[in-house]
Amino acid sequence: MSATVLSPLLRHVSGTWRRVLRLGTLGAVGQVFISLSGMPVRLDVREIIVPILSLGYLAVLAVPIVLGVLLGRRPEHQEFLEKSPNRRDLLLGATLGGLMGGGGLSVLALLLARFDLRDPLINWSPQLLEFLSFGRGVSFGFVIWLVIGGGLGLVGGTVRLASARTQRVIMTMALTVVGAAILESLLVDLVEGVGLEALVEWLYAPRGGLTLVGAAVLAFVSGLLSLLGQGRVKNFREKIQTMEGPRQTRVNLMLIAAVGVALIVLPLLVGKLTNELLANIGLFVLLALGLNIVVGLAGILDLGYVAFFAVGSYSTAVLTAATSPRIAPEFPWFFALIIVVFIAILVGLFIGAPVIRMRGDYLAIVTLGFGEIIRLLFLSDWLSGWFGGSQGITAIDGVDVFGLLTVDGTNPRRVFYLVLFFCAIAIYISWRLERSRLGRAWMAVREDEPVAEAMGINTVNVKLMAFVVGAVLGSFGGAIFVAKVGSVFPTSFLILVSIIILVVVIFGGMGNIFGVIAGAVVLIGVLGGPKQPGLLVEFSEFKLLIYGALLVWMMLARPEGLIPSARRSRELHQEEFLQDAWLTGQIDTDDTNDLHGGSRPPGSQA
Amino acid sequence: MNGAPLLDIRNLTVEFGGLRALDGVDIQVNEGEIVSVIGPNGAGKTTLFNAITASVEADGEILFEGKTLLGLDPNQVTARGVARTFQNVRLFANMTVLENVMVSQHCRTKQGTFGALFYTKAFRQEEAEIRARAEQILGFFGSRLVGFRLDQPAAVLSYANRRRLEIARAMATQPKLLLLDEPVAGMNPVESAELTGLIGRLREEWGFTIVVIEHDMEVVREVSDRVIVLDHGVMIADGDYEEVSSDPHVIEAYLGHGATTK
Repeated sequence: MSATVLSPLLRHVSGTWRRVLRLGTLGAVGQVFISLSGMPVRLDVREIIVPILSLGYLAVLAVPIVLGVLLGRRPEHQEFLEKSPNRRDLLLGATLGGLMGGGGLSVLALLLARFDLRDPLINWSPQLLEFLSFGRGVSFGFVIWLVIGGGLGLVGGTVRLASARTQRVIMTMALTVVGAAILESLLVDLVEGVGLEALVEWLYAPRGGLTLVGAAVLAFVSGLLSLLGQGRVKNFREKIQTMEGPRQTRVNLMLIAAVGVALIVLPLLVGKLTNELLANIGLFVLLALGLNIVVGLAGILDLGYVAFFAVGSYSTAVLTAATSPRIAPEFPWFFALIIVVFIAILVGLFIGAPVIRMRGDYLAIVTLGFGEIIRLLFLSDWLSGWFGGSQGITAIDGVDVFGLLTVDGTNPRRVFYLVLFFCAIAIYISWRLERSRLGRAWMAVREDEPVAEAMGINTVNVKLMAFVVGAVLGSFGGAIFVAKVGSVFPTSFLILVSIIILVVVIFGGMGNIFGVIAGAVVLIGVLGGPKQPGLLVEFSEFKLLIYGALLVWMMLARPEGLIPSARRSRELHQEEFLQDAWLTGQIDTDDTNDLHGGSRPPGSQA
Repeated sequence: MNGAPLLDIRNLTVEFGGLRALDGVDIQVNEGEIVSVIGPNGAGKTTLFNAITASVEADGEILFEGKTLLGLDPNQVTARGVARTFQNVRLFANMTVLENVMVSQHCRTKQGTFGALFYTKAFRQEEAEIRARAEQILGFFGSRLVGFRLDQPAAVLSYANRRRLEIARAMATQPKLLLLDEPVAGMNPVESAELTGLIGRLREEWGFTIVVIEHDMEVVREVSDRVIVLDHGVMIADGDYEEVSSDPHVIEAYLGHGATTK
């Protein structure tokens, strides 16, 4: 909108300044949008640094800084520009952009004081005005946001123009402080777990948030570490990468073992709430790994993955619960699980068979439909005699481990260990299958299905197999979910669950086991699952908004995900990849040379 | 060449809507032969390959080793021993050179989930065999597709090497009959001369029977035992290169009506 309205005016403005005006306007609109979403006011209760910064203010203050950083960037291909901007121009641009971003809030403060638009905009409230004017009247609010905006824009621009090293140190410091504040409950729990209550009291304020001293010390320490550790991590990684096969494998195994030990020890140190969080993350890791086989490896866009989760949950409930309406065999959980796996395989085949012959968009829509059908079947009156309809099945016993102990929701630590065990199984399955005849066939089907078929791959069987493996992992998730929660209702299996699992997979890095795990840790851990709270409990209302924004940003900036699979990122960046390969001489330019000179090693100039 | 032909096509008709892409074509290919299929653009050459490999619906009869191929799925045809390459190179571009050839052995191998999950001896043995066979096949093309190229994605290969990899991939399905769709298209004269030699070696060393669609008459003359000419979906000539090239119908098809009278 802004661009179209402004474009006739902008015609006489040179490229650099046009960029400033465009981004500044965009920032102002963004600021107003964020404010009117109600996020800042609601998040004001969560402190980052007591008493100067809350999460609410961070949300609006971040905008001018980001604008400053963006505008402080030197334009690419400067040498082609008529007049390349100098340092002063860039800083001025950054300040102006920040000023415009902040100005959005100034204008909003004025409007809030003059008009009452509370009817359509529920967050058009006195509290917002209070928030924007710091309780000192409209004119103060108006001026202060211009000052803050311009100032932070300048800061952002300066950081951007500083040396790479300074940039890194500042980034590390900022991320450490914000990270320590966001991860507060986890860190407090952990630090207290190892018996350092004094440290916690000194670092965090009693009602949440870092103390000023704590924040300063954290920033200093992290900055120092970043200065000292410069390049160490990178060197270490390169060292591992250049190692020979067996040695590299050994180092990798040691790293994996270290992570495994940490995951076993960690729950012992932390309390109930953190364990609950860990168990939730684990559950979504498990589900995301299952979906990753279907979407990431075989390339079948399944939007109804929750169906398998639901089937796993309900069949476990029916088989183990004494309260199951129709049949109640009351099997022990582990025995029931064997039957559940068979049911999941059958359902996987049943849903897969009609779906698998379709391609692309059609397939996605049909899977979406099946996801809903399964949920509605469990909800329906027709089957309520079996599954309890909307009443669901309640009072389900936990997992009885050889009569030694019971795993249920009252003890999240045990649930976490159970989840961890099944995640390990899922990781093993994914890892083995990817490197097998079946895994290669999945890849081929994903790349070009008709050709895969012409090369002798029975694409229907291979894709069904992906569905079945995905269904089995999903049913594991369901079985654990039932044991953890102790009840099942159709409302636990909304389409939203499918979407969130898919977002986890895409965000983390489709096709990469570590990516999927990272996605679950970041999204479920920090923001929370469909019904499970994350570390930022205050976000729960805005969870979906943030999920959406993150996904859009991710698709634009890094479509291959946080930790991409090499192959996926090649698919998504084919052009860049080929260019890089050409520049480094890896590409095969023409073969008549090969006839005389043999093949060139990689790295030599073409 | 004893008894029944390896591939016996009778009265093959393929229709797209009202258009007859192939109209009652009869073709026999004997074991060990190299047969070229030529004809102007739109003559139905690629459609013939598509019909044999079950990529399009066809009427008539296609017998391979005496048994019909009609009604099978493309992967079943491949399993019977018919492999093809594509005119517009269609490699699995983001899989490595080695993976492209490994995955094409799918229908000749059988390890499933169980073997992969439990890492059985049979699984490891089969993986090693798949890999060894892939390297052996790629080695057929000299030093071009082996060494560091094995682990490069197919997308970085040069055009000529992609064509070679297409052939390697078809070889990996362990066929009896190899269908090559314009194998030298887009290659320079040196490359196409080299590939012409390779087509001969494919028969001698690997025992394939080969049907090749080609526009390059140099190549056709070099490799073919027999040449079949299609025009507008009808077979207009069948014989050795000399016969076919002097056949008035063929000249007419290529040069237009009246060309023969001069």
